[in-house]
Amino acid sequence: MTNIAENLKYTKDHEWVKKDGDVATIGITDFAQNSLGDLVYVELPQIGRKVEKGEEFVVVESCKAASDVYAPLSGEVVEVNTALADSPESVNSEPYDSGWLVKLRPANSDDAEALMSAEEYKNHISE
Amino acid sequence: MRKNYSACMKQTALNTLHKELGGKMVEFAGYEMPVQYTEGIKSEHLWVRSHAGLFDVSHMGQAMLEGEGAIELLEKITPSPFSKTPLNKAKYTVLLNSNGGIIDDLIITKLADDKFFLVYNAGCKEKDEKFIQDNLPASLTFTPLRERSLIAIQGSKAEAILSPASTSPLVGGTEGGQEYMTIKFAGDVFISRLGYTGEDGFEISIPSEKAAEYCKELLKNPDLKPIGLGARDSLRLEMGYPLYGHDIDDNTTPLEANLQWVVAKDKRENFPTPQKMRVGIEIMDKAIAREGTKIFALDGSEIGVITSGGYSPTLEKPIAQGYVKTSFAEAGTEVEVELRGRKIKAKTHKLNFIEPRTKK
Repeated sequence: MTNIAENLKYTKDHEWVKKDGDVATIGITDFAQNSLGDLVYVELPQIGRKVEKGEEFVVVESCKAASDVYAPLSGEVVEVNTALADSPESVNSEPYDSGWLVKLRPANSDDAEALMSAEEYKNHISE
Repeated sequence: MRKNYSACMKQTALNTLHKELGGKMVEFAGYEMPVQYTEGIKSEHLWVRSHAGLFDVSHMGQAMLEGEGAIELLEKITPSPFSKTPLNKAKYTVLLNSNGGIIDDLIITKLADDKFFLVYNAGCKEKDEKFIQDNLPASLTFTPLRERSLIAIQGSKAEAILSPASTSPLVGGTEGGQEYMTIKFAGDVFISRLGYTGEDGFEISIPSEKAAEYCKELLKNPDLKPIGLGARDSLRLEMGYPLYGHDIDDNTTPLEANLQWVVAKDKRENFPTPQKMRVGIEIMDKAIAREGTKIFALDGSEIGVITSGGYSPTLEKPIAQGYVKTSFAEAGTEVEVELRGRKIKAKTHKLNFIEPRTKK
């Protein structure tokens, strides 16, 4: 069964966002990791990079293919999950926890509110 | 992300079984096939290297070529010699067009001087069959075997799984160490000792109506797990085997493809001297260099392209194969590949990244 964490915000492209003060943590959903299969490499952005919403800013590579992850919010990259260099499989095993990808400082603090709720995302992937 | 696949895809006789086993189904060469089962590509790959895997390769073409002049025809449409080939010996070779380009790679087994069994790629079925029919003299018949399935059992435990001592009641009575043998089950199953993983293993051609039952029996053995196309691809990539349509095609000759060993010695001079050569590429990074990635010399000049690339679960690093200018083909030559605007160190490598454990 696909796991959807209740307290997060979601995009139609299967990213999740967790707001914590002025920083947003971003990852890919359980549905996404399950579709991709075993992850073997994650290419993360430079700290300090400014990204626009919808911009490709992370590449996740599975045994099957390389896939772009799109920035769900505009903002500045303040931290990346360096542990994924040695254990990209964390994205498979704990997509909402140790498998997070990037922390952004959002350009507009309200942007995250416009994303889908867990309920809306659940409906989106069952369509 | 795609969720539903077109309903017009063809299915093999094992389609229902794949789904029961948790297969993640994708389109491949017009067929709905499992890319992986529940454990995922990495563990499936490693299981084949340590135990044994069952692969459905029924999408591939199977045909019988019979009649006077079969050897002459095969020596015309492939570059390989067949007259001295022992009976029941299976041979990997290629079909060639008039320019010496590869129409397909295939396995041809000699059952008698006038009877050969052919197994060829799913995606090439139509053109292979047309090509053979177009070249067929009146003395020969070429019969595609549409009602047969093909099951590969690959891995060091394969022999034990299929041996007469196995607990499976459906297997037994294999005769001798031939590469091609008939087992007693239904009297109509034939086994070739070969495969495309680098492991010891077998391919079993079986009437389709019996295929699912047979696989279910075999899978009762805990050493055998079903393996999807994803691991089939990473297993063959570790061995440096080409995938038709990616690593070889109508425009590559067997010499360029580093398959000169399939060409009879007296025919090698018929091919132009290769300007490029298929080689392994070792990537000195964690990023995967996939098909289409450009290869550069250290001076920045472009010298080739990657035709297959992926992650090697055995070596836990990315590997690839591709074509480079012949002068760069020697194993160990330092090159670079360009990934998303970044130049990454790489080295040419012999085609196989691990040593084959096949048995003859």
